[in-house]
Amino acid sequence: MKIAVAIKQVPDTETKIVIAADGRSIDESNVTWVVNPYDEFAVEEALKIKEARGTGEVVVATVGPARSATALRTCLAMGADRGIHVNDPAIVAADPVGLASALAAAIRPLQPDLILTGQYSVGSDNRQVGVMLAEMLDLPHISVVTKLEVGTGDAARIVAHREIEGALEVVEAPLPCVVTAQKGLNEPRYASLKGIMAAKKKPIEEKNAAALGLEGTARGEDGAAVRIAKLELPPPKKGGTILKDDMEKAARELVRLLHEEAKVI
Amino acid sequence: MAGVLVFAEQRDNKLKKPSLETVSEGRRLADAMKTDLSVLMIGDDLSGLEGELARLGADRILKAMEPRLRFYAPEAYARAAEEAVRRLDPDVFLMPASAMGKDLAPRVAARFRAGLASDCISISYEGGALAAKRPVYSGKAIATMAFGTVRPAMATLRPNVFRVLAEPRPGKGTVEELSVPFEEKHFRSRVTAVQAESGSTLDVAEADIVVSGGRAMQGSENFKYIKMLAEALGGAVGASRAAVDAGWIDHQHQVGQTGKVISPTLYIACGISGAIQHLAGMSSSKVIVAINKDAEAPIFKLADYGIVGDLYQVIPMLVEEIKRIKG
Repeated sequence: MKIAVAIKQVPDTETKIVIAADGRSIDESNVTWVVNPYDEFAVEEALKIKEARGTGEVVVATVGPARSATALRTCLAMGADRGIHVNDPAIVAADPVGLASALAAAIRPLQPDLILTGQYSVGSDNRQVGVMLAEMLDLPHISVVTKLEVGTGDAARIVAHREIEGALEVVEAPLPCVVTAQKGLNEPRYASLKGIMAAKKKPIEEKNAAALGLEGTARGEDGAAVRIAKLELPPPKKGGTILKDDMEKAARELVRLLHEEAKVI
Repeated sequence: MAGVLVFAEQRDNKLKKPSLETVSEGRRLADAMKTDLSVLMIGDDLSGLEGELARLGADRILKAMEPRLRFYAPEAYARAAEEAVRRLDPDVFLMPASAMGKDLAPRVAARFRAGLASDCISISYEGGALAAKRPVYSGKAIATMAFGTVRPAMATLRPNVFRVLAEPRPGKGTVEELSVPFEEKHFRSRVTAVQAESGSTLDVAEADIVVSGGRAMQGSENFKYIKMLAEALGGAVGASRAAVDAGWIDHQHQVGQTGKVISPTLYIACGISGAIQHLAGMSSSKVIVAINKDAEAPIFKLADYGIVGDLYQVIPMLVEEIKRIKG
């Protein structure tokens, strides 16, 4: 079984956000870059499926600037077989439709049986690219998956659990299919030293818009259908009423304040 | 034709609250744009829901109905939404940022190569331009999104942020059945069953009041304190990443950057220190209460109200007092 995994390099979730001088992006000077945590679940699931079958190939693909190669290398160290790095100024700054088109162009020639990715990338928080990828590849999808069973043989199907409000949906789809991973799907492994050494020799193929046949249609930021016009920090909060010492009095006072002042209970 | 189109999600033939909020906001936006509001429903029954939509301002109600639409099927629902867009050619297409809306909107946006702003907390129309604000970096920053020329401009609206108007201006409420040429392939991926989570069915992302427990819970059994307070308030149970990673409670309940990003009316953090990861998920709550033994805990900086004390002592007292005033 051939499995493609779409990943993204994102700022570590502990990153303190500083707005860049352009007022539309973050200052990247003190950012630690990591593999998007949800994409790690996707990579882990791909590796588990390959290991369970004892055969197959796991290809990781990303769209991003030069630094993103490190994220691909991390996935190769976990055990993925090879990487595809789409790096082109005409694509890197694209909107979700542009990113999904580029990923689709990179993944389509692989003819994978299954495509995995994170349910969203932390930071941009768009929650769009995985599902859009399915649409562009004309494949079914199942998003926000916490459990995945992949059948074998011809006309193999997958059954997944998907989180919704206060319940879970059991979803079925035929292969090939795009699945987006939610926390709970698995516990991603850490790369072993052996894995890290092996990753250095694994191939990463670089592709630009021309190589993907997207020349002229890759629209970058200028042609984006949606873009960030302004980025700002949320307004600071002023100090609150903090109660202490006599707990009984504090509890009574808190309930009174919530009832009479804040009027929320 | 142009106008504003809203997808109103229903499950078991009931309109969900985030859908009502989105319809209300759609009405407000349509008024600002001096245009009509259309509402699309997709499902197998859809009877008796038109009145409420008209009352909230729907001028036109489109119903895409067929037995196989009882449960969510992404491609079939996307096909119906596509048909509605082709029919009405709307300038704006809004959906609730519910589990269904977040799944459906990107399918539809990709089909039209349209711009989609996810999980918006405000949307405005000024000087002929549409702008949407949305939290990014899990609320650590707010982005104002601008749209290009592709129509429709799409947005999903975060639940619990937009108000359902108490006294809305009703719309014309014309009802039309939308005929959609469904094919077998539109049901490739489909829901075959919905399993309610045992115990509480109120989800943190939908609740007006959320009570969360953190590292100080020390184990799953102590979450009964959180449940007790949540029940007294009619709220949902949340948890920090520390509590979820320790296996004390299911990930469904996690509030924070790798959990759910929520904005309830009241958020009560019990024994949660307030790691940046957690703050990112709840800082847009309207009123924040912290209960923590450590007076230096970062959560107090964000709290509107707080008690420095032992939650095991404080919570039973709060529950008693709440019962008294509600009595």
